[in-house]
Amino acid sequence: MATLEIHDLHVSVEAEGGPREILRGVDLTVKQGETHAIMGPNGSGKSTLAYSLAGHPKYQVTGGTVTLDGEDVLAMSVDERARAGVFLAMQYPVEVPGVSVSNFLRTSATAIRGEAPKLRTWVKEVKEAMERLSIDPSFAERNVNEGFSGGEKKRHEILQLELLKPRIAILDETDSGLDVDALRVVSEGVNRVRESGEVGTLLITHYTRILRYIKPDHVHVFAAGRIAESGGPELADKLEEEGYEAYVKGGSTSE
Amino acid sequence: MAETIPAGSTTDGAIQVGQPTDARVGAIASYDVADFPVPHGREEEWRFTPLERLRGLHDGTAKATGGLRVDVSAPEGVTVETVDRTDPRVGKAGKPVDRVAAQAYSSFEKASVVSVAKETVLTEPVRISVHGEGGTAFGHQVVEVGAFAEAVVVIDHTGDATLAANVEFLVGDGAKLTVVSIQDWDDTAVHAGQHTALVGRDATFKSVVVTFGGTLVRLHPRVIYGAPGGEAELYGLYFTDNGQHQEHRLFIDHDTPHCRSNVAYKGALQGKDAHAVWIGDVLIRAAAEGTDTYELNRNLVLTDGARVDSVPNLEIETGEIVGAGHASATGRFEDEQLFYLMARGIPADEARRLVVRGFFAELVQQIGLPELEERLIAKIEAELEASVA
Repeated sequence: MATLEIHDLHVSVEAEGGPREILRGVDLTVKQGETHAIMGPNGSGKSTLAYSLAGHPKYQVTGGTVTLDGEDVLAMSVDERARAGVFLAMQYPVEVPGVSVSNFLRTSATAIRGEAPKLRTWVKEVKEAMERLSIDPSFAERNVNEGFSGGEKKRHEILQLELLKPRIAILDETDSGLDVDALRVVSEGVNRVRESGEVGTLLITHYTRILRYIKPDHVHVFAAGRIAESGGPELADKLEEEGYEAYVKGGSTSE
Repeated sequence: MAETIPAGSTTDGAIQVGQPTDARVGAIASYDVADFPVPHGREEEWRFTPLERLRGLHDGTAKATGGLRVDVSAPEGVTVETVDRTDPRVGKAGKPVDRVAAQAYSSFEKASVVSVAKETVLTEPVRISVHGEGGTAFGHQVVEVGAFAEAVVVIDHTGDATLAANVEFLVGDGAKLTVVSIQDWDDTAVHAGQHTALVGRDATFKSVVVTFGGTLVRLHPRVIYGAPGGEAELYGLYFTDNGQHQEHRLFIDHDTPHCRSNVAYKGALQGKDAHAVWIGDVLIRAAAEGTDTYELNRNLVLTDGARVDSVPNLEIETGEIVGAGHASATGRFEDEQLFYLMARGIPADEARRLVVRGFFAELVQQIGLPELEERLIAKIEAELEASVA
């Protein structure tokens, strides 16, 4: 069973006047089949956690460990992490002009699966996955994320999630900027992947709204670069009512 | 109202800005080389060019030695002639605007004229092959397309040469001319000159300039509208390697109402001392009401040590226009694109290939010539192999 273990993770970014520490000792274990919601105010370091796990070069790990089934994730390059089963659905997916969605998906699936998917089954697989997410077939010929609306970008991220079938899925503010319909479609996609029972999900969000569609097993409040409180789904209800005020007092966030 | 919008980008920290307002209006244009002083390198139009690598084309010391083979293969309906400089079609599109172009004009012996009779629609391209055999040459080519005729002309430059040459395009009323000029020289060649198009009423001119080779290539694609309703599309693609200097200096002179122009040039650079220069001058004169123009230059720097100077310059003397815009950007192969692709399991080298192919594919699609598309993609692949290896 796939297990992602984060232990005492410290991460800094280069800033004017030297490195600035954003993550200050994160401890978290995500097992296959579980869904963890990480909630927190802006600037608390939620996205930094997501990008650090995926290996973005901007973030310098200064301490701690991250392992996937005992393998050292931090020693892996970005593409190795992806091939090991870590998937990051990005908050701001990048435009790649000139690279069509269909070319991108196939190149990616080939890399992740270790062999090119058979063309006939692949075309069908993509078509069905796109239909489930209400993505127009013409998307396949458009350039990756180019001119996509906010909702289209997020659906495209979840399309990749469904096709690449990772062991650990990190969803970075996938709900932000979505209207209710798009949120429902995207959430259904995430739930289909969760129902396989083969993925551990780390759902990073500012709002409780998405938790009406995707039910977490565990809820963690992120503040000032670490997990300030952990609990069950009832913790989200408390946040819904009380907000993050209790966690940001004393100006401990980086904002 | 005159307005200069400076913009530009380089990769070495310096930012180049637009030329002084109306730099071109007061600039010299003449058929006679003696009207141009020998450049010393600090002039606005020469400041990016390594004069010492022009082999004397700029200072009168270069002498014609021959060694340039020009073959024209033309389908039915096309007339190919060799004419004297007294032929009225020679020099009709416009005057040379720098000393090297004027030197070429003053020095060529015979001009070649390719003409397509009015209302003739060619189904096959005219092919002009220019092959250098190591000598120095001065050339002059005229392409004339009669009213309502349609033609595609492909000019292919290969081999080694020191060449100063001008090409004129006379596009008749309602005619459609597509010209592809490919600089696929050996890496030792020097090539400078001017491509001047005179676009007739409601005519369409499409220029595709592709520069892969040469140690120094410096071209001036220029468009002048002879009557209202003209449309010009200028596409360019360059792949500048180690030690190459590739310079494209465009000028669109909107002096006539209701004309359109669209410019898109894209270049990739790799290797030490690779230097690409793109100058995009668009002038909308007071009389040119209803003008619609856009120009774009994108550069992708693949390795350290390459340099780009990109200078779009838009001057607008009338507010009565449909649109005017420009964009210039020079990016390193973007770290964020690389990260996104790698985060989907794609290894760095493969991601790089995917992105560079993607960078050019868009432009190649816009060019809209299937036969050329295949050749360009194959050539880009070959250049990339050298880069990634």
